[in-house]
Amino acid sequence: MFDGLLSVTVFLPAAVAVLVAVLARGKQADQQIRWIAIGATVVTFVLTVLIFVGYDRSEGGVQMIDYFERWIPVDALRSSYILGVDGLSAPLVLLTGILGMAAAFASWRIKTRVREYFLWLLLLETAVLGVFLSLDLLLFFIFFEFELIPMYMLIAIWGSGRPRYSAMKFVLFTLAGGALMLVGILAIYVTPGVNTLAMVTIPELGITGIPELMAAADLVIPAALIFGFFFVAFAIKLPLWPVHSWLPDAHTDAPTAVSVMLAGVLLKMAGYGLLRINLGFFQETKGFTIHDVAGPMAILAAVSVIYGGIITVRQTDMKRLIAYSSVSHMGFVLLGISAIGASKADTSAGGINGAAVQMFTHGTITGLAFLMVGLSYDRTHTRHIPHLGGLWKKMPLIAIFFLVAGFGSLGLPLLSGFVAEIMVFLGTYSVWPWPTGVAAFGVVLAAGYTLWMVQRVFFGARPAKPGLSDEVYDGLEDASWVDMVPVIALAAPIFIIGIWPSVITEVFDIGIQAVLK
Amino acid sequence: MTVQDFWAISPEISMALLALVVVTVDLVTRSMAKVSAVALIGLIAPFVLTLNLWFGWFGDPVAGPALFGTIEADRFSLFFNFLLITVTAGTVLASTKYISSDRMKDYGGEFVALVLFSVTGMMLLVSATELITIYVALELTALPVVALAAIHRTRHAVESGTKFFVLSAISSAILLYGFVYIYGFTGSTNLEVILERLLVLPTQAGVPFGSYAVLLAVIMIVAGFGFKMAVVPFQMWVPDVYQGAPTPVAAFLSVASKSAAFAVIMRIMYTAFGEPGLMQDWSGLFAVLAAASMTVGNLLAISQSNIKRLLGYSTIAQAGYILVGVASVPANQVGATFAGAGAQGALYYLAGYAFTNLAVFFAVIAITSRTGDDSIEGLNGLIKRSPLLASLLVFGLLSLLGMPPTVGFMAKVVVFGSALNANLAWLAVIGVVNTVIAAYYYLRVIRAIVFEDPADTTPIKGDVPILVATSIAAVGAGVLGFAPFLVLEFAESALSILPG
Repeated sequence: MFDGLLSVTVFLPAAVAVLVAVLARGKQADQQIRWIAIGATVVTFVLTVLIFVGYDRSEGGVQMIDYFERWIPVDALRSSYILGVDGLSAPLVLLTGILGMAAAFASWRIKTRVREYFLWLLLLETAVLGVFLSLDLLLFFIFFEFELIPMYMLIAIWGSGRPRYSAMKFVLFTLAGGALMLVGILAIYVTPGVNTLAMVTIPELGITGIPELMAAADLVIPAALIFGFFFVAFAIKLPLWPVHSWLPDAHTDAPTAVSVMLAGVLLKMAGYGLLRINLGFFQETKGFTIHDVAGPMAILAAVSVIYGGIITVRQTDMKRLIAYSSVSHMGFVLLGISAIGASKADTSAGGINGAAVQMFTHGTITGLAFLMVGLSYDRTHTRHIPHLGGLWKKMPLIAIFFLVAGFGSLGLPLLSGFVAEIMVFLGTYSVWPWPTGVAAFGVVLAAGYTLWMVQRVFFGARPAKPGLSDEVYDGLEDASWVDMVPVIALAAPIFIIGIWPSVITEVFDIGIQAVLK
Repeated sequence: MTVQDFWAISPEISMALLALVVVTVDLVTRSMAKVSAVALIGLIAPFVLTLNLWFGWFGDPVAGPALFGTIEADRFSLFFNFLLITVTAGTVLASTKYISSDRMKDYGGEFVALVLFSVTGMMLLVSATELITIYVALELTALPVVALAAIHRTRHAVESGTKFFVLSAISSAILLYGFVYIYGFTGSTNLEVILERLLVLPTQAGVPFGSYAVLLAVIMIVAGFGFKMAVVPFQMWVPDVYQGAPTPVAAFLSVASKSAAFAVIMRIMYTAFGEPGLMQDWSGLFAVLAAASMTVGNLLAISQSNIKRLLGYSTIAQAGYILVGVASVPANQVGATFAGAGAQGALYYLAGYAFTNLAVFFAVIAITSRTGDDSIEGLNGLIKRSPLLASLLVFGLLSLLGMPPTVGFMAKVVVFGSALNANLAWLAVIGVVNTVIAAYYYLRVIRAIVFEDPADTTPIKGDVPILVATSIAAVGAGVLGFAPFLVLEFAESALSILPG
């Protein structure tokens, strides 16, 4: 079975990247590379829309399968090339398409080493799409790790501040998690009776997935340990308190488009992994199930939400502020997942669905926020909040969309952030009332830090000293049309999902019901 | 001798003839480019003849023992023939500029001919099924390399050649001792007969291989080939020879010589000692060597400041990873159904390593031949001086390091996976720890290339042949990473002839 659409979608950006890097020549090369790279992300976006729309809701299950059985034809390690989309991955693939396109447009002003820059950016998109679409555990791992090289280069070469330090910190944290995950994968694989790497059961292919096989098998090492390996790997990536410290550094020093990708989709790989693997594999394992740690997970999530929120309030760098707010917001994802409850009877699918929706909305909202900070920084050359003020008069468009991101982030009704948070709260409150109640204060904190920042940067009076000089302030220009393309691309889903949530909740629900089965 | 015998060694014969043709062409022309071209075009002959043996297109070649049971043109040897011919083509292509250089142009033809003679020996080595033939082929492999290593006649080069010669002679002597013991014990030099005799001989309980004599013989054989494979503790010649010898020779040694040695050791072990009980015995021996090679190679590489020495230690570590595959004999295998997952992984690793290492060495040749500086600092800011070479070199280093999704990663997963399957979990763990250690020094080189500021910003332009050779090697490594099945299916077919 080889549908082909998914493989083309995954590898199109990488193929274009390599071709462009090798072929573009001459004086106009940089400009050509920009256009071709943007073209590639637009085509990829269209393909992801086709995947999202083409996913048959009434049929459910895994669709559009690309299956090549003898990818690694070794008896000791049979791994197949399986790409497939289900309810869980379809919206995230769409999100990657949107953000990949937005990031390419947002990279318009990159001047140095253009060829390499777009090579890495496009490879990054391939890696993320591969993570969401792989249904073979080894393939998933390969894409999950592959993302490291492009990210390292993008932060270290085109970053600001202390780029190499931040890039290396990012790599070391992720590599540590990756090593644990690899051990977990191998432990599952060598367990007698499992001997497959398929992450889900696919009846059309006659494949029984790891979840079913693991439930019946006696694992070689305790299930709790394997769960822990995966959980730590994803907790680092999500990121959760106390392993979040790479995130503010990486975000602050990364170029705008890379921050957009990092916050928008790379963190979602972790949320997706938690749903697909930690939740998917460990519901019926012998000796230990995810139900045993749902309570601690809820508490950890609440701590992350509140800790992230409090730290955020006292940030003075706009990018750092949004980075810390990500820690808080991604805590809601874990909170939603903890709605699996202490037993199967307690499970609230709505809470888990909320976690998935939160991933999508956080991707667009935070992506938009980073984009607006980037636009503002391009003009003012500072992100230090006390130095800014009164920008509203000079850059109304930037201010408005910054406000959209801010309102989305604090959960204003009719914007997508509200949908996600209300789903998480309603779903999880019935299961874990206390942690959910505590975490709800995160929304209050979010309102505080978001509005306070917007107020100081855009609406307050210009600080007398030290602030922007008169020449700089008078010379400020609003966003151009090239700047607005990615802004619109990210803002549109925030409104659409806010008004019409079922466009993604229905799809996520199909995927989550399949995982919970 | 029959016509079938000639078909069986037709690739080897054509390779030897090609070497003679190259020497002759060298007499009539002064253009080294022409010599290279003749050699490259001529390599089509052994390649086609090997293909013919695989598919049986013409001349009705029959696989099976030939030349009185000394040679067997089976799929295993043909697999290595393909690999060796490809490596040779790459080496010749990458040396085009080098043999035209002032100090080489008088011996350019000899350089190419010596490479071809050495490869003839390697091709015989991988097909040999009898101890004396193996020994003779091994000498044919080694002697041209001695001349190649010393071809510059500088102090360093002569030291390098002498070192290689002396250690090669010692290792051959040890090997011969081992062979003599085996012959004395079993009364045969034919690998299959040796196994038959070993199985009927009286054995001592609790002694590996059933007797101390055989154990000693096996240790000597492994030690003898250990020099060629460059595994710890027989690795000490590697860094000196790599640094002193011309870099194309080091590239050739690190890939071709190593592959041939792995091929013959696997054939001896899986044939003459290819019985489940015996396999468990040598599996442990290889596991220890693998662990030592990986660890020592990587630890010593960390402190190197010369890129050629660093690569020398890196090849020692890489040999360790390949040995993990060789050592991974499934513990629970019964009787004739031998699942050669470990061996399959070793062949995949060898093929991937061949392309990767060639890409790295060729890139280093292209760079150092221009800058004359083979320290790691000499690579500083290479990305600004030659983006193409820098990218290829970084790609190759990432693959040696084992970064997903390169062939280095895929091959490591396969060999470590087969180690787990063979109840060698401890070996897999050591392997994983070693990849982390290795990351340190590979990344150090990559950091110099990508981030440091160059002392000299003049662009480096490699000559076209070496850029082509480097690119082909890198693309080959890339393809094998994305499509592991290409080699794995091929390897499975090659291994189907191994008895189990």
